[in-house]
Amino acid sequence: MRHLLSTADLSRDEAISILDVAGQMAATQRREIKKLPTLRGRTVVNLFYEDSTRTRISFEAAAKRLSADVINFSAKGSSVSKGESLKDTALTLKAMGADAVVVRHPISGAPHRLANAGWIDGTVVNAGDGTHEHPTQALLDAYTLRSRLEQDAPGADLKGRRVAIVGDVLHSRVARSNVRLLTTLGAEVVLVAPPTLLPVGIGDWPCSTSYDLDDVVGGGHGDLDAVMMLRVQRERMNAAFFPSAREYSRRYGLDARRMAKLPEHALVMHPGPMNRGLEITAEAADSPRSTIVEQVANGVAVRMAVLYLLLSGQSEGEGA
Amino acid sequence: MSSYLIKGARPLGGDPTNILIEDGVLTAVGTSVSGGAQVIDADGLIALPGLVDLHTHLREPGREDAETVETGTRAAAKGGWTAVHAMANTDPVADTAGVVEQVWRLGRQYGWVDVRPVGAVTIGLKGERLAELGAMADSAAGVRVFSDDGHCVWDPTLMRRALEYVKAFDGVVAQHAQEPRLTEGAQMHEGVVSAELGLTGWPAVAEEAIIARDVLLAGHVGSRLHVCHVSTAGSVEILRWAKGRGIDVTAEVTPHHLLLTDELVRSYDPVFKVNPPLRTAADVQAVREALADGTIDIVATDHAPHPVEAKDCEWGVAAMGMTGLETALPIVQEAMVDTGLLTWAQVADRMSVAPARIGRVGSQGRPIAAGEPAHLTLVDPAARWECDPAAHTTMGRNSPVRGRTMHGSVVATIYAGRATVLDGKLNEALLEVPL
Repeated sequence: MRHLLSTADLSRDEAISILDVAGQMAATQRREIKKLPTLRGRTVVNLFYEDSTRTRISFEAAAKRLSADVINFSAKGSSVSKGESLKDTALTLKAMGADAVVVRHPISGAPHRLANAGWIDGTVVNAGDGTHEHPTQALLDAYTLRSRLEQDAPGADLKGRRVAIVGDVLHSRVARSNVRLLTTLGAEVVLVAPPTLLPVGIGDWPCSTSYDLDDVVGGGHGDLDAVMMLRVQRERMNAAFFPSAREYSRRYGLDARRMAKLPEHALVMHPGPMNRGLEITAEAADSPRSTIVEQVANGVAVRMAVLYLLLSGQSEGEGA
Repeated sequence: MSSYLIKGARPLGGDPTNILIEDGVLTAVGTSVSGGAQVIDADGLIALPGLVDLHTHLREPGREDAETVETGTRAAAKGGWTAVHAMANTDPVADTAGVVEQVWRLGRQYGWVDVRPVGAVTIGLKGERLAELGAMADSAAGVRVFSDDGHCVWDPTLMRRALEYVKAFDGVVAQHAQEPRLTEGAQMHEGVVSAELGLTGWPAVAEEAIIARDVLLAGHVGSRLHVCHVSTAGSVEILRWAKGRGIDVTAEVTPHHLLLTDELVRSYDPVFKVNPPLRTAADVQAVREALADGTIDIVATDHAPHPVEAKDCEWGVAAMGMTGLETALPIVQEAMVDTGLLTWAQVADRMSVAPARIGRVGSQGRPIAAGEPAHLTLVDPAARWECDPAAHTTMGRNSPVRGRTMHGSVVATIYAGRATVLDGKLNEALLEVPL
């Protein structure tokens, strides 16, 4: 594995090995001294073309706890409005000797382009591209599911587990990455959304779909082990994806009533940032079964695992 | 004036014969024809009437960094073309007699092919007010094809008026069929691949809805309609229905839509970004069959050169368009001839006779017979070569068939009795010979 661009590129064994290493990393984070010397002398660049406090900080913490040097490069807006092309920025980073570039970009496929256009030598980690993928989010979601449901047993997958992903699937990179990764790990995925927010062409995805959240939380697609709520932008109603925020909440929001229909053990997840009162109510977000804060903590361990496997694996490969 | 004796060529793929060209005219065709002219050995070569492109972007005036009339027409000659229709989306837009005459004069000056400017339907391609179509028709450029290509003439009343108005001078409106609201921010064909890649979809219905509306309008007012770059199976069905009803509609397909699919977008390489977008394998099959049965009348390149930086970037900010002049005939051979869907005589129809008829280029698309104007293309169907955009004559390096093996090559092009291409190379000496 040279880059992490899409969860579709991960085999079951690769995905499990990332989760296993993340478990080891999480264990080190419970120690008094959290820093490991593993990536000393390596340079990780956080190249962020979109505002993203939590993902950037998470990657920064992960890299620093592995003793890598971290350079934060924030560029507002697209490369075009900024005046320097992605190519020229990439050549600059190459010249500065970046070992890994963690890239967040508003255009789908930009990390893929960065990795494959020959502009850069280092490893590319996709930290979210347009409406395409956000693989480390899916990995941390899978890690959270595994740690809660399977006691984080090394080597375990999510076989037989059933996860509903609810909300704006059309524009969600989190949904795309999760559908691929969770099914690779053996879980069943049900996507729940108004028909306007499911992409044309979804029929080929390895999951089922529903327009009826009440039916799905009530067990209509089988008992759920987790419900993952997606962020919905209020502006979507201006493009007629749904009539109003109120109607969206009524039909697709997770509230106490719907939560009560879930099996006892089922988890409530959200990648953040949440719109409280739109896709999720405070009762649901703050309930004991909510893993929302835990997901953030797990994010650091998972990103440590990803950087470790990509960067240290590389040098071992070169040495061998 | 040059004279040539073409020996052993197979007109439209038929039996080998000799063709004598003198003073811009095919003076004799027959196995016993001989003469003291320069001999072109055409053993094994197919002779076609010179190819006529109804859809070319020459970029001049305004975007001479992408292409000029000179470089574009040299590329055209190299690809076997003897006439190209230069699209109106230049800067300034070709919406006045002045601009179309400028482009036409540049074409005459360089002399590589007959440059037929296309006039804009609306002022500035804005879709608001009709441009002075009559002035462009009456100009030295003699415009007969009008198009806002790049933009759809979306307003149905404006489209109706344009269709009606051009009847006065036997013009045709060539529509870029794209419903604008259904394609806001569109990046690629909407379907399985766009769903996976997270790229905003360009649904087939956005093309089909406009074609359906326009054929009904054309039928209603009894006008001639031409549909640019048809790309979907649904569009083919609508065209088939319209032709069955006797509506005077013609349609074109590009070489890339005959060969490539949206699966290529998985690379996120913007060389595959084009408008209308690459569609599915089922659509490719449908447009091939439509070209074979005549539902789609012609192949037109939509040659759209771009400077390197417009493609050397992220998909979402890349320009749309592909080069096509120098690879069109090989792609047609691969997709249509080598698959048994078209004979060479039908290729002559789809790439010369029919486009000349639609564009009202009276001197082109003629039979290969004594007394006809001398516009010819000689093709070696057995040739195989690798497409290397760096070696192309166009300034554009954005070829979607880069690295692919091309089927067949243009060995010679004769335009107005002068060999613009000989032995597969541009005949630079031509510059010394006045047209």
